[in-house]
Amino acid sequence: MLVRRVWPSRPTFDSSFSDFDQIRREMLRLLDTASGDTEADGGAGVFPPLNISQDDNSFYIRAEVPGIKPAEISISALRNRVSISGRREIPREHERVSYHRKERPEGSFDRTVTLPAEVDAERVEARYADGILTLALPKAEQAKPRQITVKT
Amino acid sequence: MAREARTEVQKPEKTSVPTIPEQTRPGPVYSPSVDIFENDNSITVLADMPGVKAADLEIDLRESVLTLTGRVTSPEASKEWNVLREYHSGAFFRQFTLSETIDQGKIDAQLTDGVLRLELPKVERARPRQITVRAA
Repeated sequence: MLVRRVWPSRPTFDSSFSDFDQIRREMLRLLDTASGDTEADGGAGVFPPLNISQDDNSFYIRAEVPGIKPAEISISALRNRVSISGRREIPREHERVSYHRKERPEGSFDRTVTLPAEVDAERVEARYADGILTLALPKAEQAKPRQITVKT
Repeated sequence: MAREARTEVQKPEKTSVPTIPEQTRPGPVYSPSVDIFENDNSITVLADMPGVKAADLEIDLRESVLTLTGRVTSPEASKEWNVLREYHSGAFFRQFTLSETIDQGKIDAQLTDGVLRLELPKVERARPRQITVRAA
């Protein structure tokens, strides 16, 4: 039998530190929100959780999809919409086993996100490593920022 | 369009947890989702730890406490800025107390596609034995 360890209550001086830490994190979060960064926790409540970032030339989508074979993920991109779908299957154990815990989710997923600008669907690249899917989506030419010189 | 009923993957809750001992490195710590099952010979632990490389994973078993620690390095390049953030990268940490005696020399761990598979074989004397009742 396996028993999950119950966290013992911490001494007071310790918890006051963690309170402080909590406040500090809350402050940082507020600052993040103010500077235009999107709130992290929560999300769309749909699998897989995504992080999207950009630089001048591309968008990057990263998804936590542990235990899914790359061949079982299908990705499509059209203009500024990207769809990621697939299936996460947890193989059945053959021998007679008794479960103590079953927390890992399984099933199919299908998710579409709309990016702030169009991407060049021909040049989208996808990589999968250590359970993280990374898409690099080059922005379409007209969506890239341009340096504008002021004529005198 | 006939399609068999399918179950959607539930998005796992990724909430940061306190760790004992506390971490010296800053950053959030998450509890990985696990499946644990056993048969007569061994206990198997499967843990979802996306982003953890084999070199950054520590498995420790002492005094029947199993500790899993995985470190994740943030993959974003510094010149990128965020559009949407639905998850944070942080360390993974989880501890279990094992009541069975484990044969420490035969523990096998594999990390594939962000999933850890840990086989913990039981020592001989901890395995159940069939006891036959003799008629007197």
